[in-house]
Amino acid sequence: MRKLMMAAAMALPMFGGAAMAQETLKIGYIDPLSGGGASVGEVGLKTFQFLAEEVNAKGGIQGKKVEIVPLDNKTNPQESLIQAQKAIDAGVRFLTQGNGSSVAGALSDFVTKYNERNPGKEVLYFNYAAVDPVLTNAKCSFWHFRWDANSDIKMEALTNYMKTVPAIKNVYLINQDYSFGESVRTTAKAMLAAKRPDIKIVGDELHPLLKITDFAPYIAKIKASGADTVVTGNWGQDFALLLKASADAGLKVNWYTYYAGGTGGPTAIKQANLNHQVFQVGEGIPNLDHPSSQEFEKAIRAKYDFSLFYPRAVNEMRMLAAAADKAKSIDPVKVAQALEGMEFEVFDGGKGVMRKDDHQFFQPIYISSLGERTEKEPFDEEKTGWGWKLVAKIDTPATELPTTCKMDRP
Amino acid sequence: MLELIVISTLNGVLFGMLLFLMASGLTVIFSMLGVLNFAHASFYMLGAFFGFQISRWLGFWPALLIAPLLAGAIGAGVERYGLRRVHRNGHVAELLFTFGLAFVIEEVVQIIWGKSPVDFRVPALLDFPAFTIFSTNYPAYKMFMLLVSIAIFIGLLIVLKKTRIGLIVQAALTHPHMVGHLGHNVGRIFMLVFGVGTALAAVAGVIAGPALVTQSNMAGLLGPILFVVVVVGGLGSLPGAFVASLLIGLVQTFAVSMNGSLSGAFGPLSPAYASTWLADIWGVTVAQIAPIMPYVLLVLILILRPMGLLGTRDT
Repeated sequence: MRKLMMAAAMALPMFGGAAMAQETLKIGYIDPLSGGGASVGEVGLKTFQFLAEEVNAKGGIQGKKVEIVPLDNKTNPQESLIQAQKAIDAGVRFLTQGNGSSVAGALSDFVTKYNERNPGKEVLYFNYAAVDPVLTNAKCSFWHFRWDANSDIKMEALTNYMKTVPAIKNVYLINQDYSFGESVRTTAKAMLAAKRPDIKIVGDELHPLLKITDFAPYIAKIKASGADTVVTGNWGQDFALLLKASADAGLKVNWYTYYAGGTGGPTAIKQANLNHQVFQVGEGIPNLDHPSSQEFEKAIRAKYDFSLFYPRAVNEMRMLAAAADKAKSIDPVKVAQALEGMEFEVFDGGKGVMRKDDHQFFQPIYISSLGERTEKEPFDEEKTGWGWKLVAKIDTPATELPTTCKMDRP
Repeated sequence: MLELIVISTLNGVLFGMLLFLMASGLTVIFSMLGVLNFAHASFYMLGAFFGFQISRWLGFWPALLIAPLLAGAIGAGVERYGLRRVHRNGHVAELLFTFGLAFVIEEVVQIIWGKSPVDFRVPALLDFPAFTIFSTNYPAYKMFMLLVSIAIFIGLLIVLKKTRIGLIVQAALTHPHMVGHLGHNVGRIFMLVFGVGTALAAVAGVIAGPALVTQSNMAGLLGPILFVVVVVGGLGSLPGAFVASLLIGLVQTFAVSMNGSLSGAFGPLSPAYASTWLADIWGVTVAQIAPIMPYVLLVLILILRPMGLLGTRDT
């Protein structure tokens, strides 16, 4: 009896697994679901699940239902590789990840090596938010596709706007101590020096990633430096706590950020009472005059208590479906080939293109600021009453930076 | 420069006092029970979440009273029904027990309140800048934090040095078995001390929750540094924990404000080494390594003065 039970226990999940693999297209979502990055990772997961439902309601991808498999990597590269292997063993052929370029670098490397060793069982890696430029330059891979504008593109857009603001005189840089933060500070320094040589960099700080609970000492330093503007790539709690500390100390500067809209960000901005003093560069905001994305925004807000922070995730899922339709297959190699050079009407309107040379997606980029709304801004953030207002739009061609990528194709 | 020194000192003292608020409970528990409670920071987190929930229903001030009582009751329960049984199997079992408990508490908190930070606000009564120095505001709430820490320090010191219970605690520090032989109900005192210790952690939680962030990983962020405080101060020494908290608060805050690096002190590295690992070490600033300073201090203290700054017992 006992042996029979054991055999059944072993066999049943196998049958189940085999049956499931026939019907579903699994996407392994590898991001922090615990630890300091959890609040961000959880919002990402729900966004992807929402998008999977959208695709499934239309009959799935090539007749297959999409299933998101959540895998917790604790924002840790090693842990991510274990989770990626686990996902692949469970039949996942598409991985997606976004939080942390250190993780993205490790994953891209892992997937490339895995595909070399396992021809016929290739895995694709869709990167929706890790923006270290190196991933589509020196370390580019055929198996990696990035939907978020990389850090250089964002900084190019941000500094193009900053150079038109004469009030900016003293800039302070504060970033997280890892590859992405490092890239933000170097490009910020280089681009500001080229575009506005009169701007002084009065501080350049790196702090540990997701480990600081009280930013008061850093704020004291910013204050002492006499900065009027702070540029930061901080995300998650590192942004919210930075703003909270600056509100406590009464620091009044303008903030130019990548991720002010992330979980906890708008709440902290409202508490700091920085009305239209915090700017964000990104591929979209809820308050754009674009009916279909506003419909989507209403739907996601009705279901969850957050706004859409990842228009890029929408582009990723919709393009996956489009590429599979074009290739008439969900085979990763064919999907990858269909994605190369693919043009696409992006979520917030306008033309986007997945550049073949480096697998970087180019799309219109928006600069926006958070504060009091007018009738043109129907959506607020985190129930603060404040919403994003469009400040500047950069069209796709103006965002296309050159790449050094020399891609090996299968 | 003066501005930075004054403000860094203030920030350091504020952070140090918060550390002390948490470490006081840990050190009291250690001095009495000889248990290094790995779950201590978890009780701090429980305090913050209870405080958040109760302040939703009844307001902040009742929360400041009820949340520590609740957490203390849970702590006492843990001692009575968990630790006391595990105690028979020795210290390693106790350590493992509290270690496991920390994970259980974190998981439970995540199930109930989720992983995102909760919106725990500073009470309106204290939501104003207490004073402004060099055009930097100091929130009244942080001053309140400071006062509570000092009050708890003095209160605990009086209880430990001047009362009968304190006498027993003191005796237990050096002669735990003798205290039992003298006819004291050691079990009940242990339960009480564990309860009070965890309640103190919860007080820190309720107070720190609105000032920092109330999130399910807050225990993990502050847990390790508590042990540094207790070891540096001297295991079981309350004044030691007080001095060590201030020291660590100041060291960390001042380190952040310094931009010096080896390349600043000795000039830039010769270009021949520019692309080697040496370049990273050469260019790193004191500010960047600030967060590991307390652990450097821990290592140094363990090597040079194992009993801690004000400790009396070798461990």
